Amino acid sequence: MAITRADVEHVAHLARLHLTDEELDRMQTQLSRILEAIETLRDVDTSHVGPTASVIQLENVMRDDVVSGSMPRDVTLANAPLRDDPFLRVPTVLEEGR
Amino acid sequence: MSELPLADRTITEMSAALRHGDTSARALTDACLARIERDAERLNTFLATDAEAARRAADEADAVLAEGGDPHRPLLGIPYALKDIFVTRAVDWDGGNLPGGLPTTAGSFILEGYRSPYPSAAQEALEGAGAILLGKTNCDEFAMGSSNENSAYGPVRNPWDETTVPGGSSGGSAAAVAAGQAYFALGTDTGGSIRQPASLTGTVGLKPTYGRVSRFGMVAFASSLDQAGPFTRSVRDAALVLGAIAGHDPRDSTSVDTPVPDYTASLSGEVKGLRLGVPREFFVPGMEPGVETVVRAAIDTLRDLGAEIVDVSLPSTDRGLATYYIIAPAEASANLARYDGVRYGASAGAEELWENYERTRGSGFGAEVKRRVMLGTYALSAGYYDAYYVKAQQVRTLIKDEFDGVLADVDAILAPTSPNVAFKLGAKVDDPLAMYLNDACTLPVNIAGLPGISVPCGLSEGLPVGLQVIGRAFDEATILRVADAYERAAGYADLRPPTAVTDA
Repeated sequence: MAITRADVEHVAHLARLHLTDEELDRMQTQLSRILEAIETLRDVDTSHVGPTASVIQLENVMRDDVVSGSMPRDVTLANAPLRDDPFLRVPTVLEEGR
Repeated sequence: MSELPLADRTITEMSAALRHGDTSARALTDACLARIERDAERLNTFLATDAEAARRAADEADAVLAEGGDPHRPLLGIPYALKDIFVTRAVDWDGGNLPGGLPTTAGSFILEGYRSPYPSAAQEALEGAGAILLGKTNCDEFAMGSSNENSAYGPVRNPWDETTVPGGSSGGSAAAVAAGQAYFALGTDTGGSIRQPASLTGTVGLKPTYGRVSRFGMVAFASSLDQAGPFTRSVRDAALVLGAIAGHDPRDSTSVDTPVPDYTASLSGEVKGLRLGVPREFFVPGMEPGVETVVRAAIDTLRDLGAEIVDVSLPSTDRGLATYYIIAPAEASANLARYDGVRYGASAGAEELWENYERTRGSGFGAEVKRRVMLGTYALSAGYYDAYYVKAQQVRTLIKDEFDGVLADVDAILAPTSPNVAFKLGAKVDDPLAMYLNDACTLPVNIAGLPGISVPCGLSEGLPVGLQVIGRAFDEATILRVADAYERAAGYADLRPPTAVTDA
């Protein structure tokens, strides 16, 4: 299936991915080709087949309700690109005055 | 003892030599470090090493060995490497850098300089077993690739022929073991990323059953498919390493609580009475004739050893690729959402949060990762979810059921690991679909969650070929037994790249 340039831009937006014009062009061509190959699955009759999300029987795993140690704050923050101890710093979320 | 140089021998041989005092952990470590240094530029296998920490650990191991060793540490004094997708503790409890701690990049610029505050389950297990960590190996970015050309830190080259790729995504681990830089290395296998590079580098590569080895501390790619396993120079070595890393871990809710047998106990050298299935669909269109010849000869060897060879069919094999390239990117697009430039990793430093997400990810991820994030996001997006993602999960059921049906009748399955030998660097970088075809014989095994091993079975055009043995879930013992019996009979156990052994 050929996907449009607008589709590619929409998906890039959903994925929070900045792509250059050149990347958008290339992505459109390559994704179209890959989707074409993937769409061969349409021919498979799965009308009576359930989906498999995991090959093992997944069950909720509960741990005992006891307090255990956790990482010290400095360790947790050690890799943050921007910090203002004892906090993480993030760029502006809301415009000023709102 | 074999005539090979010290750095090129097996764990089994070196463990015995250590116990008998014929060599030292320090000598093994120095032999590996010398190879790492000698071939650093030529092969580009390691992204980080700490020679001083490795030598220190070796001296400690030698002190224990001098006191008679330790039966609870089966890998005592054996130097190894970790694919740079396993986190290694590098931050001290006061937030400072831990001496000897190695960074973790997952082959990506977005994690450049990342220092983990905790170790992976694999690092803990191997440290507990007495093994000595040499460093972190190069890999395709976030384990996405079949040639190692998707690493942000440059491609790994195959020690058999530097103009060819080592396979991927665990190419650095495979090449390091092939080139005498480590006695074993761990990789991860989501669609073939251990078995395919093992095939291309003439090493043994084992992907255990999904759930057999803890994924805690493994940078996530596709959570329902990822599994860790060893590269080694013999099947017995693979059994030893698997024994050290297998087992239940409460920190990975998909790790299964089932007993870990002594995997070396099954290595009888006997295959008489075993039924081994050969699925005709695994001899895929486009397979190199030289590879097919060598793999068919390996199957004949097992027949000569007394195994009953049975023709079997897995009709949905050709659907594996499409199924995989929906499920894996879908899971990846969710897993990689965490790289937001806020808590760790690179940040583009944009003024506004939304823009910072997009710029950080746009500049931090490479082309293949972007392609898969896009593909996965598309497959999961409104209006396409049922047509792509649910459909793929349904076909996954068909593929798994076919394997289960065949494995109810035979003890294991024999197949090629890769349809081709190592290809030239750059040959497939502009054609994602051609690259994806490398994993046509391995990814159905991940889709079904089964264990698989690749064992060297000869050369085609002077380059290694692998025989793949696939087994029932949690029956690693049988595939190790078959691969070991083959290895003993076939005479490729001393297969090493000609360039590796020149410093004897």
